[in-house]
Amino acid sequence: MGVGGGGGGGGGGGREAGEGEAAVRKRWRVKVRLSTAAVVVWVLASAALWAGLHWRFRRAALHKAEEGLVCMCEERARMLQDQFAVSVNHVHALAILVATFHYDKLPPALDQDTFAAYAARTSFERPLLSGVAYAQRVVHTDRESFERQQGWIIKTMKHEPSSVQDEYAPVIYSQETISYIEGLDVMSGEEDRENILRARATGKAVLTSPFRLMSNHLGVVLTFPVYLVDLPEDAKVEDRVSATAGYLGGAFDVESLVENLLRQLAGNQELVVNVYDVTNHSNPLVMYGSEIPLATPSPSHTCMLDFGDPFRKHHMICRYRNKPHVPWSAITTPSGVFVICMLVGYIVYAAWSRYDNVKEDCRKMEELKKRAEAADIAKSQFLATVSHEIRTPMNGVLGMLDMLLDTELKSTQRDYAQTAQVCGKALISLINEVLDRAKIEAGKLDLESVPFDLRSILDDVISLFSSKSREKGIELAVYVSEKVPEILLGDPGRFRQIITNLVGNSIKFTERGHIFVQVHLADHSNLATEAKIEPVANGMNGHKDEGSAISTSVTQNTLSGFEAADSRNNWENFNLLLSYETNEMPYESGSDKVTLVVSVEDTGIGIPLHAQGRVFTPFMQADSSTSRNYGGTGIGLSISKCLVEIMGGQINFVSRPLVGSTFTFTAVLRRCDKNAISDNKPVLLHPLPSSFKGLSALLVDKRPVRATVTKYHLQRLGIASEVVSTTELALSVLSGRNGSSLTSMGKKQPCMLLIESDSWGSQMDVSLHARLQEMKQNGRTRLLPKVFLLSAAESDKVKTIYLVDSVIAKPLKASALAACLFQALGITQPSNENRNDSGSLHGRDGSGSLHGLLLGKNILVVDDNKVNLRVAAGTLKKYGAKVECVESGKHALSLLQVPYKFDLCLMDIQMPEMDGFEATRQIRAMEGKANEQADDGDDSGSESTAKTAKWHLPILAMTADVIQATHEECTKCGMDGYVSKPFEEKQLFQAVQKFLGPSMSS
Amino acid sequence: MAAALTSQLHALVNNMFATGLLDDQFQQLQMLQDFSAPDFVSEVVTLFCDDGERIIGELARELDKPNVDFDRVDSFAHQLKGSSASVGAQKVKNTCIQFREFCQQRSRDGCLKTLDLVRTEFYDLRNKFQAMLQLEQQIQACYPKH
Repeated sequence: MGVGGGGGGGGGGGREAGEGEAAVRKRWRVKVRLSTAAVVVWVLASAALWAGLHWRFRRAALHKAEEGLVCMCEERARMLQDQFAVSVNHVHALAILVATFHYDKLPPALDQDTFAAYAARTSFERPLLSGVAYAQRVVHTDRESFERQQGWIIKTMKHEPSSVQDEYAPVIYSQETISYIEGLDVMSGEEDRENILRARATGKAVLTSPFRLMSNHLGVVLTFPVYLVDLPEDAKVEDRVSATAGYLGGAFDVESLVENLLRQLAGNQELVVNVYDVTNHSNPLVMYGSEIPLATPSPSHTCMLDFGDPFRKHHMICRYRNKPHVPWSAITTPSGVFVICMLVGYIVYAAWSRYDNVKEDCRKMEELKKRAEAADIAKSQFLATVSHEIRTPMNGVLGMLDMLLDTELKSTQRDYAQTAQVCGKALISLINEVLDRAKIEAGKLDLESVPFDLRSILDDVISLFSSKSREKGIELAVYVSEKVPEILLGDPGRFRQIITNLVGNSIKFTERGHIFVQVHLADHSNLATEAKIEPVANGMNGHKDEGSAISTSVTQNTLSGFEAADSRNNWENFNLLLSYETNEMPYESGSDKVTLVVSVEDTGIGIPLHAQGRVFTPFMQADSSTSRNYGGTGIGLSISKCLVEIMGGQINFVSRPLVGSTFTFTAVLRRCDKNAISDNKPVLLHPLPSSFKGLSALLVDKRPVRATVTKYHLQRLGIASEVVSTTELALSVLSGRNGSSLTSMGKKQPCMLLIESDSWGSQMDVSLHARLQEMKQNGRTRLLPKVFLLSAAESDKVKTIYLVDSVIAKPLKASALAACLFQALGITQPSNENRNDSGSLHGRDGSGSLHGLLLGKNILVVDDNKVNLRVAAGTLKKYGAKVECVESGKHALSLLQVPYKFDLCLMDIQMPEMDGFEATRQIRAMEGKANEQADDGDDSGSESTAKTAKWHLPILAMTADVIQATHEECTKCGMDGYVSKPFEEKQLFQAVQKFLGPSMSS
Repeated sequence: MAAALTSQLHALVNNMFATGLLDDQFQQLQMLQDFSAPDFVSEVVTLFCDDGERIIGELARELDKPNVDFDRVDSFAHQLKGSSASVGAQKVKNTCIQFREFCQQRSRDGCLKTLDLVRTEFYDLRNKFQAMLQLEQQIQACYPKH
């Protein structure tokens, strides 16, 4: 209870966070004092409990001892009484015998010898009597005759001749043991006389007070009267006296009696028994036992004894010889309880102090956690701010370098400037990555959901890395499954970022072989891995000629012939995937979600096994030498992982050192109906030319995977293609010798022949040319196919060496392929499709493009800050734009009345009165109204209405704060994007080119 | 005469870059100045000086009020930050960022202290700008008009 109180007190002591040191110490002191008090109280309470228990046990033991004493004492008293009574009865019987001899006989028929003999022979009946004797009543008148008769004179107890008395009681018969009292007058003794008088008056046995017998034992004398006649019970005293003939007496050895008795009984040793004659209350006489009272007052018990003499009163006092000892249990049990109490107390104390410690620790942890969280937030904010602050000047540096490169420079200067620019770009991309990471951590990264064409994005990525892959001589290829919808809803920028990162890594770490990007639907991909268990029976069905496929010296059936880390990507599996696609799959359900599986496979150095676990940890590269040899920060993969997870997918990889790595990720995107794309949303579409539809091609390639990739690109252009493995076979196909095999083409002749460069031996060009010419002359072919060489090497060089119509540079991408085919086949390119390359944002001529984009455009700039306005206008004018400036949203609204002349509006967000968001909302409302009217007035049906049917002025926000101005916020109120302020050339170009592309020009 | 003035002007501008008063944005402004807009820099600088003076005055007035409307102060500071960023007045811009932080903390003392700093920096810059413009005018005066 003490501990409980202490705990409560401790808990009650205030818990305010952030107390000073002094307060903590004070609380600590109070706590110590409380706990000390609690301990003391608890110990005292336990001790009290010990004492209480001990006392109880002691009492119980004493009580038990007393009960035992009473019991034993009563038992002894009763037995003593019985034994005594038995002896008395025997004496009584003797007295009756003597009386019987006196009846009507004078002198009685009894003499000393007879009596002595009888008494001796019956003495076994009276073991406690030292002897019996009979004294005759002799009155004084009869003394002489008596003396004469007996022949001796009556003597007193002191063996002197008796003086004259009224009456005498000389012993005439005696047992031999006490024959010395014969002739003695018993009445001369004080005690005996009294005894005799009492005995004859009552007619019963009477006892003397105890005295020392001859045997030096304490004893009493027992006296019976002997009457001459048989007296009735109620006879008078006088009658009794007169009828008295004599007295029978015996000395009773009480001490022996009690001794014998006690010896027979159990527990004799521990008991002290005293027997007292208490006839005279004030002076009890000891009959048995020591007279010395025991020093310590110990419990005793007194029992009344009735020895048959009503005059005499006796009692027996029993007490223990030793003080009854306290039983061990009276000490051990309370001690045990005490120990238990101490233990319980200790447990409670320990638990409490532990609880206290834990609570204190918990509080500290909480505090630390708060601080850590605050630090984390601060870190993210710091990162975002610092990144932004670094970006702004860096963009300045890059912009200046751009401008510097535009000027006339010496070659060394150009080299320096270009190096500086490359470094600066690397720094910017690092900062962007850090900013991305900070955004992701701060949860500020939102994904767009806009329709985009996955294939063209992959083409972009490929073209980004094409020069590098060409330099290194690596095959870089993309394959997108047919089943992947053409247009998907998602965040193209982020998707591109992931793939760019993965491909960039692969390029970095690959020196030979290939990098292969594949996109499939998740369902197919799963099926293929499941089906892997069963033997692939139809594994070669995509190939025309099994024999030749086996005869090729390709060691591994991958894109480049090098082994890849993930065996799932070999030809058998790939082919299996294709076969699933050509079959009608049951997954063509109406489900809105599309799960894509994108894998990027390379044959690079792979990831060391020990580093594989931390590949996705930020700033962790395989080892420190990696960054020395290959550069990079190692943040890209962690960002990719985050992005993939935000897209609802997973990323993982298989890697074998010195073999290669395959990164695979899934992403959940949504289907998008091409027709459903609303007009006000800019769609990142790069439609491919359709001029090639219906053409057919023959492809010579000994590597089935690569052939499939080429086929895929041709297919996108609408060109049907067939694959053969050697030029010989191709020629035979062309000449129709083997013509029946070309089922899918029907009778149509392929108009182009594409040959992989490794199938192209030396001197083959000449022979091929000759063969083709020959064929044409023979009339086997109506049309001579154009010959294309697919080469990863520099195109110009190859073209001069080989006699072919054109060389298509790897890596393949549909738009480049189309351009090449246009050139070679001489098909005129529709003008509106002539923007595929200028539309992409790679290339060094960014500022030129910006100039081209902005030249002659009407741009409205809205900003309340005159300085900003002037600078923005100046910059835009430099690019050739016609700029109009207004200083408020209202003013902008007044200028923007349909039909307006502006091609673009740049608007500050923070403005007094009407901010950029509000102004945009109103502009959009106004446009909506105008569009409705235009729809209503559609009947008038002039072409101008059709042309201006949809008013939509591109509005871009101008903001200095990139992290806050998320795209979503801008699009929510109808803006189309944002540009940074002050302008960064590249970013401005990116933002503007969507809206001011050539096709948009009116 | 003109050469001396030009070198003086270069020294002044270089000094302004070196001391961190200006950053690259100002160079961009200088590049924007060509025959189509011959007075671009001086125009922008003058705009900036007038605008800055006005805003600093507004800020002082706002902070003098018994109940400071920090949102209003913040929007003024934002304007000044935008102007200085556009001109490339690096120091003023950085101080404005600091100032806005104090605004967000609702710290009047911090704001007042930073305002003093902004004012000092701004007037320092303005003096140098004015000197620069004067020099430019003198240089132009040396050349005969086309």
